[in-house]
Amino acid sequence: MSPSAAARQIAPPARGLPSHAGIYHYDQVDRDFLKERVEQFRRQVARRLSGELTEDEFKPLRLMNGLYLQLHAYMLRIAVPYGVLTSRQVRQLAHIARIYDKGFGHFTTRQNLQLNWIKLVDVPAILDLLAEVDLHAIQTSGNCIRNVTSDQFAGAASDEVVDPRHYAEVLRQWSTLHPEFSFLPRKFKIAITGSSADRAAICIHDVGLIAKRGANGQVGFEVYVGGGLGRTPFIAKKLRDFLPEDELIAYLEAVLRVYNAYGRRDNIYKARIKILVHELGIEKFREEVEAEFARMPRAQYRLDPAIVDGIKARFASQPYETLEPISGVLARARLEDHAFNRWVRTNVAAHRQPGYAIATITLKPAGGIPGDASADQLDAIAALAERYSFGEIRVTHEQNLVLAHVRQDDLPALWKALSTIGFGEANSGLITDIIACPGLDYCALANARSIPLAQRISERFADLDRQHDIGELKIKISGCINACGHHHVGHIGILGVDKKGVEAYQLTLGGSASEEGAIGDIMGPALSADEALDAIGAVVGVYLEQRQDGERFLDTLARIGHTPFKDKVYAAH
Amino acid sequence: MARVTDAPKVVTANRLQDGAVVWLTPAGDWSIRVQDAQVQTENAPVEAALAIARASAARQEVVDPYAVDVAVEAAGPRPLKTREWIRAAGPSIDALPASAA
Amino acid sequence: MPLIESGKLIDDAWVRLGDDEALPASDVPVIVSLARFHKDRESLVGRNGGLGVFLASNQHPKDIADHLADFALVALDFPKFRDGRGFTVARELREYLGYRGTIRAVGHTIPDQYLFLVRCGVDQVEIAEGKDAGLWAHALTEIDVAYQVSVAGPLSTARLARHASTTGGVSARTETAA
Repeated sequence: MSPSAAARQIAPPARGLPSHAGIYHYDQVDRDFLKERVEQFRRQVARRLSGELTEDEFKPLRLMNGLYLQLHAYMLRIAVPYGVLTSRQVRQLAHIARIYDKGFGHFTTRQNLQLNWIKLVDVPAILDLLAEVDLHAIQTSGNCIRNVTSDQFAGAASDEVVDPRHYAEVLRQWSTLHPEFSFLPRKFKIAITGSSADRAAICIHDVGLIAKRGANGQVGFEVYVGGGLGRTPFIAKKLRDFLPEDELIAYLEAVLRVYNAYGRRDNIYKARIKILVHELGIEKFREEVEAEFARMPRAQYRLDPAIVDGIKARFASQPYETLEPISGVLARARLEDHAFNRWVRTNVAAHRQPGYAIATITLKPAGGIPGDASADQLDAIAALAERYSFGEIRVTHEQNLVLAHVRQDDLPALWKALSTIGFGEANSGLITDIIACPGLDYCALANARSIPLAQRISERFADLDRQHDIGELKIKISGCINACGHHHVGHIGILGVDKKGVEAYQLTLGGSASEEGAIGDIMGPALSADEALDAIGAVVGVYLEQRQDGERFLDTLARIGHTPFKDKVYAAH
Repeated sequence: MARVTDAPKVVTANRLQDGAVVWLTPAGDWSIRVQDAQVQTENAPVEAALAIARASAARQEVVDPYAVDVAVEAAGPRPLKTREWIRAAGPSIDALPASAA
Repeated sequence: MPLIESGKLIDDAWVRLGDDEALPASDVPVIVSLARFHKDRESLVGRNGGLGVFLASNQHPKDIADHLADFALVALDFPKFRDGRGFTVARELREYLGYRGTIRAVGHTIPDQYLFLVRCGVDQVEIAEGKDAGLWAHALTEIDVAYQVSVAGPLSTARLARHASTTGGVSARTETAA
């Protein structure tokens, strides 16, 4: 049976199921707001069509609602706040993709979903459908505070200190149509995590927050500022070690006021806050922020703990069963089925609830388009989420999906079902778990294609035994210097460039987006797609030759340096 | 945008209502097929064609028209730059994920 | 240029005075640049008409903080509508400096920004000739819900605060599928 036929078989629509999905459940205020916002955009579209708004005026307005004009059509970027969806929402996304697009969607590095074949005239109707399930495309683009991203394992991870979703929701509401910060010098991205392991890439965000606990158990935030990729990549610098919970909004207002007042507006490539932080220096920037913070009427901006509690109360909790911490079913299946065992090793993470596990669904089949899922596959995943994970689906910044609360006993059945729809690949964190932006196949900004190269790499390394032998190795591909594919922080980064009208690819080594955050170093001159493919083979070859016991690719690279890799790659040139 | 080169040119834009790629035809209207595009070999007519296209943009029909270099082949004009070739032909990859084929 | 206040077109009594232009009759209110204000402060503050100051988008409220009492109006320039510095300047004038005079947005703004301008403390907006003033009136009614604290209106309108009075949890909400 073909994956899509299998997907259709898995997905009988569920009706009226109680949702225990760990999202913030909208109240009437949120719903009223969303209706007003959709109507506002409907009128903006009408004004554009009538000529009352010029393209120059309409562009920032449509971007603030996630609508781009790409190479072949409009692209709508739908917000997935901090990466959590209900099965009902996923079904609605599939429905929209079928009716208004070509039957598929693309998950992005900011936990969003992009539809590539949208008509401007259809957008208001699409927004109506989204609003039916409390979804929208608000602030997924534009020079405003973008939708907040977070740890895809939030609320489930065994290493979590504070659940970041509640604060992400505070920030979502606070930043929505912010009157002062909707026409910033440039976009402003916030990511928040609450674990020691950083799965949200906070080091490459304009503001990165680590929620943690103080000596008395009180919540506070480590605040980082000025990270970002693009033409001038920076790892974020620490601004505050422990910002008390109730000062979160006041402090962010102070940061944004300094940025809005002093961020550069003369050059689009120097307009991000990272440049301001870099030009002032972190000490001087901190002084400015603290001065602003000191003069604010802080009582007005205080985040009352009662607000946080009220928001927490609108997150459903999961009615976990009391289970043995170790599942006999799982242990037996791992022994009996090598392929399943391999999947557990890469795609299953520890859950804090005994007997449960977190399952990552990599959207990276060999030869597939990273992050793409068809409407049928989305429906099937929604059905699996209802059966196995309280009707909840997470999106990761690595363009994968997660079922965050699976009974360990259910993992074998889940994996089998995923395999039938083409998403059972045991490759999370491995060389074929590639991040790739849409590139020149779709994107108006791109200089080179990303997807075909990702497809060829994943085909070349399709052999799972070999992938598991290579171990953790993150390849990230961007089709231009804007770096949506995070190439700067790839263990191997690939940047598409335009070399006199011909696509070429520049490789970097040694980047990382995790808590050890680092920008990769450029290996040498740009290569053709064929050469880049061979170069990756050569880099992997050097690593396998040189690695010592237990070393990951990054460890070997750190120990032996970049020269052996460069020598090998450029030996033939 | 319009670099002065010796290559023949066609004028293109995206249609406002649906974003579709369109090409300016000899009749002064827009076609979604690059084969229908009017090929210009002199500078002056390119400017005239762009003026027609801009007037169309001012009528809210298309967005951001510009001229692109092409090679004239038996099947019609073929844009020289990869970007424009992809705009003319569509994505170089299958629209649907390989696994869902 | 047409002037909007509270969503309605109003007459504009103010005269924007060039740096070298002669002063009009003493009872005509004038808006001058900061440079002219510093140069001619004596003669400007003594007039019967109101005095307004024009702040370019790269000028800062602290540049006028010591003289706010002299100004019945502050005009904030928006050289292009995408340049949002004026939002922070207006809010700063109201919130930090306690300015109670008129704040006017001049230059290029669009109706879709009007509500934001008002919420940051702007009272009047100059709009381009030939634009539909009705859109500006309508813009004030488009979005009722504001999640943030704002200098316009009572602080309790910040809808984030509604959660502070939320009682009861959401354990499992039955969703009716579309």
